[in-house]
Amino acid sequence: MTTKPEKPAVVKEPSMLKQKAMIARNYDKLTSAPETGKKVVSTYVPGNLNELIMCFDMLNNLPEINAIQNGLRKQSGNMIREAEKMGHSEDVCSYVKADIGAMARGAIAPNGKPMPPPDLLLLSYTGCFTFLKWFELLRDEWGCETVMLQVPYDGDGKVTDNMRDYVVKQLKEEVIPAMERISGVKFDIDRLRENLKHSAAAEDDFVWVLQSAMNKPSPIDAYFGGVFYIGPIFTAFRGTEDAVDYYKLLRQEIEERIAQGKGPITPEGEMGEEKYRLVVEGPPNWTHFRDFWKMFYDEGAVVVASTYTKVGGVFDFGFRHDPENPLESLADYCLGCYTNRNLPDRVAMIENYMEAYQADGLLINSIKSCNSFSAGQLLMMREIERRTGKPAAFIETDLVDPRYFSAANIRTRLESYFQMIEQKRRPAGAPTPVAA
Amino acid sequence: MASPKTTEAIVAHCEALFGDLDFTAARRWKDAEPGRKVIGYMPIYVPREIIHAGGMLPLGILGGGDNIEVIHGDAYYQSYICRIPRSTIELAITKRLDFVDGMLFPAICDVIRNLSGMWKLMRPEAYVRYFDVPQNFRDDLGGEYYINELRELIAGLEGVAGRKIPDDDIRRSIAVYNDNRRLVQRVYELRAKTPWKAPTSEVYLLLRAGMVLPVEDHSRLLEDYLATCEARDRPMRDNCRIVLQGTFCEQPPLSLIKAIELSGCYIVDDDFMLVTRWLLDDVAVDGDPIANLSRAFLHASAATAAKYEPDPAQKGAFLIETVRKRAAEGVIFASPSFCDPALLDRPMLAKALSRENIPYISFKYAENSGQMQPIREQAGTFADSIKLWSEA
Ligand code: SF4
Ligand code: SF4
Repeated sequence: MTTKPEKPAVVKEPSMLKQKAMIARNYDKLTSAPETGKKVVSTYVPGNLNELIMCFDMLNNLPEINAIQNGLRKQSGNMIREAEKMGHSEDVCSYVKADIGAMARGAIAPNGKPMPPPDLLLLSYTGCFTFLKWFELLRDEWGCETVMLQVPYDGDGKVTDNMRDYVVKQLKEEVIPAMERISGVKFDIDRLRENLKHSAAAEDDFVWVLQSAMNKPSPIDAYFGGVFYIGPIFTAFRGTEDAVDYYKLLRQEIEERIAQGKGPITPEGEMGEEKYRLVVEGPPNWTHFRDFWKMFYDEGAVVVASTYTKVGGVFDFGFRHDPENPLESLADYCLGCYTNRNLPDRVAMIENYMEAYQADGLLINSIKSCNSFSAGQLLMMREIERRTGKPAAFIETDLVDPRYFSAANIRTRLESYFQMIEQKRRPAGAPTPVAA
Repeated sequence: MASPKTTEAIVAHCEALFGDLDFTAARRWKDAEPGRKVIGYMPIYVPREIIHAGGMLPLGILGGGDNIEVIHGDAYYQSYICRIPRSTIELAITKRLDFVDGMLFPAICDVIRNLSGMWKLMRPEAYVRYFDVPQNFRDDLGGEYYINELRELIAGLEGVAGRKIPDDDIRRSIAVYNDNRRLVQRVYELRAKTPWKAPTSEVYLLLRAGMVLPVEDHSRLLEDYLATCEARDRPMRDNCRIVLQGTFCEQPPLSLIKAIELSGCYIVDDDFMLVTRWLLDDVAVDGDPIANLSRAFLHASAATAAKYEPDPAQKGAFLIETVRKRAAEGVIFASPSFCDPALLDRPMLAKALSRENIPYISFKYAENSGQMQPIREQAGTFADSIKLWSEA
């Protein structure tokens, strides 16, 4: 057994503090909407049209993010049970139940104030069937207006003109008129262009951050750390100057880490030696987020690329929001979100990450709640193993339902996985060490 | 094909087709002439008219039911995913679908959607299409998108057929399917009127036959069934009348349908094999056939969990109307375990039923469920309580 080096005390980086302040300000804006008269739009992370929402001075409230917040605070379990008591099946997505359960209890924002009901449900139907029913259910509760934006699935792995035109036309003829009507603000395409400029600038730095994990050691964890890095760009901040500044700041911090040869920061401070580089497919578990992450950094495992950080937009293969083609680029953004891509594309993306980030293996965290991600993952795993010759492993958890997180099982699975990676690394014929 | 002429013989014929997971009838059809092609499709709806117009056989694939031992399929799916994709994979791996030249995966849920990608990875040589449908029901918006999708589908199917599919052929096929739809409706009306003459365990098999037979043969079978059935003398029971809801994709075992009937319920409507009743009226035969199929889809198609309901006031209205039209006394929600569409929709439908004081019960099943006693008891208690209510 080796003794771990003493870890320095955890210091919050300026970027972390900035993001925290941004989120707090946003929740304050949301909870004060009844006084300020601002209109609230609820929509989803995939296909999030924040740049457009801002054109109408409306506020963006994302139900998945609220469910995640409740998961991280270990409050989601009770909410899910509440929803199940109301007749929602134990088999369906736990985000939906956490959301409905929270509503039944009178939704409270993280600032302790009541969350206002939405004025508009923007059903951005991108990459997940559940979205369709989720907002029908919410509409049933809130009785507010709902506008649907159907984003066709990239079943053949390519976006056709017909798909793009359909999205653009819905934006023009359904979504924008609904937003104008509810907000009382006239649509100004130049304002949208301005927001998209900010998006593109932030996306450049965001991609740089993600790709910094190609360094050895990787200065970031692109899954557990990654979920914080995607915060601003996937939620209510894409298109803002705040997000541009945040990613600049983050980039500077990571540049410094690279210069100093440092690995990622963990909740317990600097990570020790990088032993395993992994690609992870699937969302994380939120109810035991810290424990889950610890199982990785304690073993020197760092995630160098993940698909979850592409769920609210895939930017690392060149796509940028384009102020010159505002509505078309919003359409392309929605069409290209990770779960809107077909399985062969998802496999190809992971294969690319395995090579580009020099990963030792693929880990799939399969989420009980989520058919959109999970159906087909076992085949994806075999495909990656076959194509790369690198080992893959499969664990099962849930997003915000604490009943489906079995720490002991996951730890055992991870331990044997890391051993498998070690074995693969050893040149053929090398002896197996008796004890570590 | 000469079709059998007694009800018993018709049902026996359908049951043999249902039990044949090698799809011998479809294989025979294909082998009868060189160059024939078969296009598989999954629930919930595809425009079979277009496949037919290309001279090809549309083949409904509804999983393996409780007749197949799933050995390989479980290695493809986690325990918390429904059964139909794994038994469908099993059918593919065991080469039971090796004669199928193309597969259509309709937009119904993320499981079927992702299965389309799995098929692409596993059968790169086959024609595989995810068949997207509009959730916007304006002719100039969702309709325009759908028409272009249909044109792409036609181009793809022309590639498989090795020939053009002209509009005239599509018009003719629309007429053939209109006949079939009318016959299916007549069977449903007959059952609703005299459910003791046309029990659902038979009607179900009759519809299943339509998944594997050429539509002309199926229509003949329906005609024969109607003719023999109407003349049938069977005792009427003091059963309650229920609508079965939630069975549109993964199939309940036949024993489940029988268990519901044996418990004292007449099933007077259902959502089995919606592809046969998705379009509610005849599709217009004159004019642009693609635009006609689109209009029928947008304005006269069944409301089901896989569809968005733009008007909140209409949520559940289709089900309530079915209950009224069929003079049903209650609804049984039977949903496949882990089925997102059915299970997410159910609370909203249940709420709509409650508003109308229509009683309901719910349970889940899997295509390979074995134990029917609990379901029989639950349905029996439901039937008793309905009778008590109506007598009170
Ligand atoms: S099913 Fe998956 S993608 Fe859809 S809302 Fe739930 S977690 Fe998100
Ligand atoms: S049973 Fe339900 S979840 Fe499963 S494939 Fe069918 S519709 Fe999808």
